[in-house]
Amino acid sequence: MTNVSIVLVSHSAKLAEGIREMIHQMVGDNVQVAAVGGNLVGDLGTDPKRIRGGIEEVWSDAGVAILVDLGGAEMNSEMAIEALEPRRRSKVVICDAPIVEGAVVAATEASGGSSLAVVRATAEAVGR
Amino acid sequence: MSQHSDASFPDLSAAIKRRLIEHVCETIEEHAEELTRLDKAVGDGDHGINMSRGVRAISAETEQLVQLETPRILQRVGMILVMNIGGAAGPIFGTFFMTLAKDFRTARDQASLAQIFEAGVESVCARGKSRPGQKTVIDVLAPLSGLLLSGKPLSLAAFSEAASAAAEATIPLQAQRGRASFLGARSIGHLDPGARSAELMIKAVCSVLAKECK
Repeated sequence: MTNVSIVLVSHSAKLAEGIREMIHQMVGDNVQVAAVGGNLVGDLGTDPKRIRGGIEEVWSDAGVAILVDLGGAEMNSEMAIEALEPRRRSKVVICDAPIVEGAVVAATEASGGSSLAVVRATAEAVGR
Repeated sequence: MSQHSDASFPDLSAAIKRRLIEHVCETIEEHAEELTRLDKAVGDGDHGINMSRGVRAISAETEQLVQLETPRILQRVGMILVMNIGGAAGPIFGTFFMTLAKDFRTARDQASLAQIFEAGVESVCARGKSRPGQKTVIDVLAPLSGLLLSGKPLSLAAFSEAASAAAEATIPLQAQRGRASFLGARSIGHLDPGARSAELMIKAVCSVLAKECK
């Protein structure tokens, strides 16, 4: 897969899964999307280990764009990125964008083969 | 000849390390309901549950932890908190402990401890993209860092009291980071749960050190 991949990090597994479903309807299998939600015991929250697993599951050498819902999701995503092997870290970005709109826009952009920088910029332009 | 001729503190005994770990964990457990209640008022009401999960994971490793040198304990405790808390407090406290671990070996007096503590506070500011005055854990850590840096002789009791005063001082602040910031002015009048957790841990450490290191 040469397209940028997407990782959705929500406090809620249902929310992350729902957004993945919406993206799939729009871009089909052109973009790999991982949905990561909930903490390590399955309650609302986020888990750096599973976020890292999500990044690795959809790994693309073109890069991985992460969309997060709230502060803890962002910080735990940072921890997950820092735990990746060094050469991969620079190919993962957290988009400062609303998770639903940002993810849909990012995935659409990624499906056209855009670079990680363009995917991120497009997502971050949502609502600005 | 010792390899460590840099006059750093001798490491704490395993017995003191055990007391520190046990007392910090017990204190958080004892206050878990209070922390959750504080978080219900301004956040999502899971802070006590999350902190409790974090300290239980630490407790489960006590036997292995006490065999390590203090910097390695701090590093490991930070990692355990990150991997087990499952909320924003994981990366915040985890980053703090892991940053303390980095230079802890250079601790030899108040001035060097002040540098190490300040680096920890800065790492929390960077992690949370926050600064003092925003009603967060930083509002407890930053004043304590200032006290250490001032160079004034500081007793453990005074440090402990300063932690409590700093936590109390979050009550009139309006939250500007985290979920509490969504409440705007309605966050005023509540003690910040993260600040309370930091206060509790610091007081627990001070009380053990005051008893054990006379």
